Amino acid sequence: MTEPLAELRSVSKGFPGVLALDHVDLALYPGEIHGLAGENGAGKSTLVKVLSGAHTPDVGELRLHGRPVRFRSPREALAAGIGVVHQELAGAPHLTVTENVLLGRLPSGWGRVRWAEAHRQARAVLDRLEIPIDERVLMGRLSLGRQQLVEIARALVRESQVLILDEPSAILGQHDLEVLFTALRGLRDRGVACLYISHRLNELFELTDRVTVLKDGAHVATEPIGDLSMDQLVALMTGRELVAPSRPVREASAAPLLEVDGLTRAGAFADVSFRVHPGEIVGMAGLVGSGRTEVARAIAGVDHAEGGTIGVRGRTVRMTSPRAALRYGIGLLPEDRKDQGLLMNRSVRENIGLASLRKRSRFGILRGGRDSRDAAALARQVDLRYRGLDQLVRFLSGGNQQKVMLARCLGAESQILILDEPTRGVDVGGKSEIYALMRQLVDGGVGILMISSEIEEIVMMSDRVLVMRAGRLVLELAGDDIEEDQIMRAALVHSVADRQGAVA
Amino acid sequence: MTDTAAERTDAVPTGTASTGGGSGEFLRKWGVLVALILLLVVSATMSDRFLSLPNLLNVLRQIAIVGVLAIGMTFVIITAGIDLSAGSVLAVAAVVTADMVNSNGPLAAVLVAVLVGAGLGLVNGLGVTLGGVQPFIMTLGMLAFARGLAFLYTGGQPIPTTDETFLAIGNGRLFGIPNPALIFLALLVAAYFVLRHTTFGRAVYAVGSNDEAARLSGISVRRVRTTVYVISGATAGIAGLLYASQLGVGTPIAGEAFELDAIAATVVGGTSLFGGQGTVFGTFLGAAILGVLSNILNLTGVNPFVQRLFRGALIVAAVMLQRKDARGR
Repeated sequence: MTEPLAELRSVSKGFPGVLALDHVDLALYPGEIHGLAGENGAGKSTLVKVLSGAHTPDVGELRLHGRPVRFRSPREALAAGIGVVHQELAGAPHLTVTENVLLGRLPSGWGRVRWAEAHRQARAVLDRLEIPIDERVLMGRLSLGRQQLVEIARALVRESQVLILDEPSAILGQHDLEVLFTALRGLRDRGVACLYISHRLNELFELTDRVTVLKDGAHVATEPIGDLSMDQLVALMTGRELVAPSRPVREASAAPLLEVDGLTRAGAFADVSFRVHPGEIVGMAGLVGSGRTEVARAIAGVDHAEGGTIGVRGRTVRMTSPRAALRYGIGLLPEDRKDQGLLMNRSVRENIGLASLRKRSRFGILRGGRDSRDAAALARQVDLRYRGLDQLVRFLSGGNQQKVMLARCLGAESQILILDEPTRGVDVGGKSEIYALMRQLVDGGVGILMISSEIEEIVMMSDRVLVMRAGRLVLELAGDDIEEDQIMRAALVHSVADRQGAVA
Repeated sequence: MTDTAAERTDAVPTGTASTGGGSGEFLRKWGVLVALILLLVVSATMSDRFLSLPNLLNVLRQIAIVGVLAIGMTFVIITAGIDLSAGSVLAVAAVVTADMVNSNGPLAAVLVAVLVGAGLGLVNGLGVTLGGVQPFIMTLGMLAFARGLAFLYTGGQPIPTTDETFLAIGNGRLFGIPNPALIFLALLVAAYFVLRHTTFGRAVYAVGSNDEAARLSGISVRRVRTTVYVISGATAGIAGLLYASQLGVGTPIAGEAFELDAIAATVVGGTSLFGGQGTVFGTFLGAAILGVLSNILNLTGVNPFVQRLFRGALIVAAVMLQRKDARGR
């Protein structure tokens, strides 16, 4: 058998009060895509940090090409051929794609950048990965998914032997995901070892050769993916199974809560019309960039629509601000919890209460007891795992941060909830809990519009499904007609045609 | 960055550990207080006169004016802004109030001082929110503009005043405590209450921590931003009033570079220039540390030029300590 390119041998890493990695073994062979699975808090990120030189292990050793190594910084790991694509984007939006790809290593002569050569090199890398992005455009003009692909190209420009991808798919739409997978398979065929981390288990099945499961910092199993079923993998990760609450058949007889008619914003979406009734979950599918999020933002008063009307409980209203939308009973769970959702350096109490301050105050003065009681009750309702209302939100796991945002939405007692990617970055157990909570809410008469890039989630949770493509609503399905294939085709067809058009 | 912390803490069973990082957390919360106590202890051993009540009250009186400025500054800095115009606004308030005392009596003078300060603060706030000018630039402009106003108003001459009631504000005592110190402490209590127990206070932290999240949660970010500059202007007005009363003269050169002392007190007190964090109690401690330092250096007869070195080093050291401990988690 060939020698592993990179290997962790019985590595432990502790932090005050916690053992994040407990004698973990991992071997990455040339030409394999190795999946890493585990719930939030299982130690995945710590493992990545050890492998990439950001942390040094307390116990155990790291081997590269069979020789023990000790990285003192991520720079050393990079120099040794370990490339990392982080979960969060780190690109420079004001620079071109070429500059981003070649950051720190632009070809130059006599102090001048050789631009033609630079663009050629960047093009070569992008071509090798079959990434259809113009190397001369500014990074900031690309969608988040595309930016992620550029990040991957950057990690590869150094000819890394080992490539670590920490949830690269979290912000990718289906189409960009295909591009990513193609790129990774190409790398595997050239002998690169990839470590692929994702909460989306079907991706692990689709892409990886072997998978390693961590739980509570300990190594649980390493198996060829073909030997596992989805249920077995989930069981390894959690000791539980993914529970989808059953979907009762609903009659949409009641008057609609939300009526959207001909909603239009130039360059984002056009002529979007749909209804949300009390007691139903309406799923909104489509690629990233298809206008889903933009529609949600317009309904929640974040951006202004130029045309069309929004009706709430039969009354046409103008959404001038999120404040106005909240008054009409529309709550938005934004897609990006770090940038748009949470006050990372503030407490759980403050974060939960943020959208309902008025309710817990009199003449602008907070009623201390009520403030805390309400926050604690909401935290209980979403089953938040936390240490106290004064705990800073940045010390919570991703799933629990998401629950804090949900709790805030609930606190505002909105009748219409717009949830943009409600389970992004949430582990299997957390997802089940969020799904159950959504069901509970609609049973209480709330109407939910759920945007999701995870097609299984859309199919499983929605009473009706809307599909967006290039800013337009192209398909509506209800009840038993909801089918994965149809949704995918509706979401994709146009963009495939686009791509062929561009190639021709 | 957030993710490591998240992964780490999540692995601990609920309810077993502290709010994330034992000694680091303690230092962050109480480090400034510990530093002040240390400084008090050291000072007490260096000079017999230091621990006497009159001397300590004197320190409190000396830090009152900059302390009052620093209260408003704390509001602004929590929103990730800055108010460089505080010293100049103080000067405008000082000359206008001195003039008013002579023509309309002390009560009108006090009101006008606060209103003039708040008005100039409103201009700052609107420039930042409606005008879209960065706080640093907007208040830098106001720094020059307001100073110019003060000179124009007086024609460059100081305005003396002899009204006894007015002079008592800055020079009198109540229960043996200097009035400026009392006013400073009263404003501290009020500011503490506002930041801690009102919806506006919550909104101030929210805007500084993540303004987009605040907006999506229904908070009027512009209104909050504008208001903190009005508050800073109003405290500068009060500081100008104290200044004019203490000296018995409204001079257009009053309060030059005081804004920098106020910023120093605020950041030494643990308020982050990146916003979202900080307390007025910390600001009080910051002002006290700087005040005690210059007091003890005076008492022990240290060369005033050298005193500046100490002061500068202390500011940087205090902030470095907080930074190191913030990253150490």
